[in-house]
Amino acid sequence: MKSIDTKQEYLDYVDQKSPNSPILKNCFNAFWVGGLICSIGQIIFDFCKYKGLDTTSSSTIVSIILIGIAAFLTGLNIFNKIGKFAGAGSLVPITGFANSIVSPAIEYKSEGYVMGVGGKMFTVAGPVLVFGISASVIVGIIATFFV
Amino acid sequence: MDFLQSIDWMQLLRCFVVGGLICIVGQILIDKTKLTSARILVIFVTTGVILGALGIYQYVIDFAGCGATVPLLGFGANLAKGAITEAQNSGLLGAFIGGVKASAGGIAAAVFFGYIASLIAKPKIKKQ
Repeated sequence: MKSIDTKQEYLDYVDQKSPNSPILKNCFNAFWVGGLICSIGQIIFDFCKYKGLDTTSSSTIVSIILIGIAAFLTGLNIFNKIGKFAGAGSLVPITGFANSIVSPAIEYKSEGYVMGVGGKMFTVAGPVLVFGISASVIVGIIATFFV
Repeated sequence: MDFLQSIDWMQLLRCFVVGGLICIVGQILIDKTKLTSARILVIFVTTGVILGALGIYQYVIDFAGCGATVPLLGFGANLAKGAITEAQNSGLLGAFIGGVKASAGGIAAAVFFGYIASLIAKPKIKKQ
């Protein structure tokens, strides 16, 4: 066996040894699960519109309900199984954001409610909010002066 | 039953396809790069803010409805849209208020339901 000296050689070696993830199958599962989650959202949205709510309120209600369902399923340990099967299909919709908050909250419960649940809740969602909100403030400042 | 008749099935199909395609992009990022899921979420939200700010994402939303708003790109686009609208209404103050105001419902729901779920659920001991 030839020796591994550089980082690149090591990466090549790992690529060669690690099993190829079946990307087509993963993409197919991500497609239909992701599409299904969005479709559930669309039906809730249509129902809100049908009840006479405006577009903004309807979208917010869709987010809240999907987040609520994802939190509930995460608590029952069902969401992780869906996640394993669907990959990005459940990660990329708003349900993935909810899961990223709920999952550590449950996991670190044993460390107490303040620093465990309250503190660890934002391990993954924190960066999302930091970059999302910062970017939105920059966009807002640009809009104030240039639009 | 009137509601079922009012559903626009073509709209639902567009929603399904576009939502699914956005998830495929995420799946390719997971499989082809070694990015962690946190980084992928950050990339999606930030890209959404940029596409939303440039006004491109509004076309996708008009076409696909929830197929565009439910993925995190839509969360980002919503942040940008809120920031721009508020900035135009109340200037620099609005730039700081707008983004979070527009997405407050989602953030508050995630925190609240997350806390409730952690009260009820028992942490799983990971099997090695």
